[in-house]
Amino acid sequence: MMGFVLRRLLQMIPTILAVVLIIFFIFSVVPGSFLTSLMSEGRNMTNADVLAQMNAQFGLDDPIPVRLWNYVSGLLQFDLGISYRTREPVTSVLAPRLWPSIQLAIAAMTFAAAVGIPLGFMAALRPGSLFDSLTMVTAVSGLSVPEFWLGLLLMYVFALQLGWLPSFGYQENSLRHLILPAVALGVSPMALLARTTRAGVLDVMNADFVRTARAKGVSEPRLVRAHITRNVLVLVLTTMGLQIGSLMGQAIVIEKLFSWPGIGSLLVDSVSVRDIPVVQGAVLVIVLWFLVINMLVDIAYALIDPRIKVA
Amino acid sequence: MNHGQRHDANPDPILSVRDLRVQIGRKGPQILHGVSLDILPGETYGLVGESGSGKSVTGLSIMGLLKRPLNVSTGTIHYQDQNLLKLGPRARRRLRGDLIAMIFQEPMTALNPVASIGTQIAEMFVIHRGMDWTTARQRAVEALDSVQVPSPEERARAYPHQLSGGMRQRVMIAIALACRPDLLIADEPTTALDVTVQAGVLKLIDELCRAEGTAVLLVSHDLGVIANMCQRVGVMDRGRLIEEQDTAALFANPLHPYTRGLLAARPRLGSRVEGGRKRLTELDEIVPQGARGHDSPTLVTPREVRARATGAPA
Repeated sequence: MMGFVLRRLLQMIPTILAVVLIIFFIFSVVPGSFLTSLMSEGRNMTNADVLAQMNAQFGLDDPIPVRLWNYVSGLLQFDLGISYRTREPVTSVLAPRLWPSIQLAIAAMTFAAAVGIPLGFMAALRPGSLFDSLTMVTAVSGLSVPEFWLGLLLMYVFALQLGWLPSFGYQENSLRHLILPAVALGVSPMALLARTTRAGVLDVMNADFVRTARAKGVSEPRLVRAHITRNVLVLVLTTMGLQIGSLMGQAIVIEKLFSWPGIGSLLVDSVSVRDIPVVQGAVLVIVLWFLVINMLVDIAYALIDPRIKVA
Repeated sequence: MNHGQRHDANPDPILSVRDLRVQIGRKGPQILHGVSLDILPGETYGLVGESGSGKSVTGLSIMGLLKRPLNVSTGTIHYQDQNLLKLGPRARRRLRGDLIAMIFQEPMTALNPVASIGTQIAEMFVIHRGMDWTTARQRAVEALDSVQVPSPEERARAYPHQLSGGMRQRVMIAIALACRPDLLIADEPTTALDVTVQAGVLKLIDELCRAEGTAVLLVSHDLGVIANMCQRVGVMDRGRLIEEQDTAALFANPLHPYTRGLLAARPRLGSRVEGGRKRLTELDEIVPQGARGHDSPTLVTPREVRARATGAPA
């Protein structure tokens, strides 16, 4: 098992390297820089000496290969550079944003799994019933509704009208602040999970081994519990893993909407002022999250399905 | 491998199917048009016929495992003086696996891929004998040993994908015979297996069932298997049991034209050398006109057959 984790960690390196190269070159060719964005804010930066001095200070006057070399060799020492805006190391800009983002992703996924999987199960056990139809209509709606609109709606109903929950903001260890953004973010993975679970259960119910179990005299509750659930879980886990992995990236809009101090809102703010080192760092965090979650999913596979070996 | 005529001593059938009709939905077409058969204690009864003739549906009806929209419309299935079709789902389930067991054609997919072999066998003892899992798992190892699986302790911990098709079918047999049922329904148990392991699996079913006095309803399209295993044979054609005889009699003197066609359609070793290049016999040409239409044949008497063959009125 340790060997497997180690190998998977090593396999991440080429992916991370590719991501670093891509974002580095994209931000080297996009028009606009931190300095021009400062000027657009009306500050007087026309002094050529000041411009040259700042360019030199951030190393922006070096040729691209040199800058790339500096960036990558810095990465190897976990140095993500200096934020143009705050002049702090990027790592210390990112660090306080990490936990709120992880919290939000986990809370959204917990909501999605806790609601979506049972819904899908119940729908599949009564295919064609009213409950089934209603669940699937809800699922399709959940997938189609734009997140920001749903977020606004939740804010309006639960914060403004009912006053049950705070409309936005973040407080450490405050579940009340977490609920609305987590639900807004979790609805689309919830809908997808409900659909996947339903399809998975229906698929497994038709499998030969379910007929065998019936021929053995297994009762229906035990059939669902002991024979169907674990086989469906293998299918559901794939969807769950992909979803939770991409949730941090998807959270950008929701974090901005709910003023959630996570990686996503940091990314938006940094892009608008061309704080390139922070943008690169934030993207890197989102990619790493995806890779780590995928590794955990692979380990979970091996625990659930004996056909998958972890060497 | 033939059991001989040991059922003669006990003529009371263990399972008695009468006028069993199965149809699709409530008003859909009929799949079984009134099948009646008796299975005597300890005998091996063969059910042959083309694919789609209703062999498997008969087996599944007895088990109560028909999948919607298939359903039994009329008829009775008597087992130990109770009509199975009148039993509630709970009572029916208790019988399944315990007193009437079934093994299927596809050993590759018939076992739960995420449960160990031992657990899947042990489940029988837990459900029907109320054992705790530890005892049940020990019994599962013994059951594996009885179906001649080598190193049973190790195999009990293995998962289905780690076993070959023949081994998996042996596991299925161990599951089916775990509770020493009165009747085993074997639906094409060796069709999906390699020819080299077919004989071994059949021999195992034969030996174990003979030792326990378990009756077998062997569903097969393989007449060679039927000839070796069964005392009596029923021939099915499009949802009807059209002929029923002792095995030896059936092969020596098939009464129904369809049965003769079925026997003739069987490829025989060396037949090409003896008779030169011949076309395979097609059943369509053999079966009389009426049989393909609406008034399909019921059981025919030898007189009728002779009459049809000579063209004289019956």
